[in-house]
Amino acid sequence: MITQKDVKYIASLSRINLKEQEVGRLTKNLEAILHYIEKLKKVDVSQVQPTSHVFPLNNVFREDVVQPSLHQDKAIKISQNHHQGSFKVPKVIE
Amino acid sequence: MNLFEHPAHELLDLLKAQKTSAQAIFESVFSHLKQSDKNIKAFVRLSHQLPDFGPAVPSRNYPIPIALKDNICVEGQEVTCCSHILEGFKPPYDATVTQKLKKSGALILGNTNMDEFAFGSSTENSYYGPTRNPWDTACVPGGSSGGSAAAVAAHEAVWALGSDTGGSIRQPAAFCGVVGVKPTYGRVSRYGLIAFASSLDQIGPITKDVTDAALLLNIIAGYDERDSTSVNVPVPDYTKALINDAKGLKIGIPKEYFIEGMDPEVKQSILEAIDVLKKKGAAFKEISLPHTEYAVATYYIIATAEASSNLARYDGVQYGLRLQPQETRKSAIVDMYEETRDQGFGPEAKRRIMLGTYSLSSGYYDAYYLRGQKVRTLIKDDFDQAFKNCDAILTPTAPTTAFRIGEKANDPLSMYLSDIYTISANLAGVPAMSLPCGFSKNGLPIGLQIITQSFAEEMMFRIAYTYEQNTDWHKRKVGQK
Repeated sequence: MITQKDVKYIASLSRINLKEQEVGRLTKNLEAILHYIEKLKKVDVSQVQPTSHVFPLNNVFREDVVQPSLHQDKAIKISQNHHQGSFKVPKVIE
Repeated sequence: MNLFEHPAHELLDLLKAQKTSAQAIFESVFSHLKQSDKNIKAFVRLSHQLPDFGPAVPSRNYPIPIALKDNICVEGQEVTCCSHILEGFKPPYDATVTQKLKKSGALILGNTNMDEFAFGSSTENSYYGPTRNPWDTACVPGGSSGGSAAAVAAHEAVWALGSDTGGSIRQPAAFCGVVGVKPTYGRVSRYGLIAFASSLDQIGPITKDVTDAALLLNIIAGYDERDSTSVNVPVPDYTKALINDAKGLKIGIPKEYFIEGMDPEVKQSILEAIDVLKKKGAAFKEISLPHTEYAVATYYIIATAEASSNLARYDGVQYGLRLQPQETRKSAIVDMYEETRDQGFGPEAKRRIMLGTYSLSSGYYDAYYLRGQKVRTLIKDDFDQAFKNCDAILTPTAPTTAFRIGEKANDPLSMYLSDIYTISANLAGVPAMSLPCGFSKNGLPIGLQIITQSFAEEMMFRIAYTYEQNTDWHKRKVGQK
């Protein structure tokens, strides 16, 4: 049902450089799990609304008031790669 | 009895009577921790700053030594979710629960072991290696909050916080013979809890008895505007719900839970627990939660989909690990993302990210994710229906006692099924707790689960307290027979 080619494609969507030796094992694992999940196909959901959240909370607003917040100097320090207040990344534009 | 063996409410009584001091409590627990944890390995890191007991420090209301699961932020203290990818990450702020604990005077000991990003039910999926069950060190402590549950069972902490997405507080509490509470979704702020599945995650107490669980929930519960999913309803004093009486209460036993796969010793303990509560006036009736069979499958769609999205942020740019491969495959930046994520995540994390990505991907979304959300509605409706006829639902917490380290490590699906009794409460958002209700003949603890309606934690505590006060499982200590 799920092929090694599918697994490589999902790995690339997930931004994981999956090594060749992992592909076979993961294909087998995912196949077993997806097979188990197939049982949901037996449930009639034609008249059912989806639940993304258990309480009917929507549009949670707050007053637009200026408050102290985390300072950039402090926030940027979570990265070991920062320069002049920005995150440093490998060259993007050739 | 040593100071470190007492539950917090007894320590608070001793403090009130001036028979001990905050410093004496801390030192007793901390020195025991350092000795005991060489064997148990519940902690992955101790706090870099130990509490100050100098004369200038204002007195603390709750000077109780507490362990935090390694996914709860303390400003400046490394936190990694026991993943290589977050190594070295020091959050620049406190979680809301951390702030509340600091304000209450609780003494934070350090971070406890967990399955990487809370992906697991045994604490074996940790970058730092497994934790051992204090009752039998060849067994797992459960998971994912296995370090927190083992720490409390081994008296290395008086209190602990865990997080529960599909049973990650309750199942390890059951395996380790302690009390674990998953509050109603939205009862405790998730601000500063590193996210796994945002619509399911809740922080909750792991303690030595029910009274302590009520005390600790009093401290951490409440609305927080920094978590827009926290719910703005008043927090009662949960200790007022500790009533030793079940007269007039109607408790449901879901027939779908008493099925093949349940260990006969677990079943026997639950039947005996029912008798204890009957003697205290509770009436029991069989109920039905017809979609129980679909809970695990639904969970593994929703939880992994949310996880794949939440974990997209670990790309080597901002947090922890960054790796650049030698050769160029795609482009320098994409290669960096992909190498960092391949090396930084363990096998279970990769499995879940990929499963989640698959079920959200084009062409599969309707068949998996959307269908999963619809079945979730049916599971939630089951609970709404059931609570029209009963005040609480009683079940085992897990189908078996603690399994052996390595036993399920190569079979992800069988590991997933160990959460079969706990997952539904997360999907429905309702509160649930586990408390000790016996031991197997091998000396391993068995857990009783009580589930109530959303924001009915007081009912849950009342039933748990009544059961506890009429049994003495909670008084049994590791090392005693």
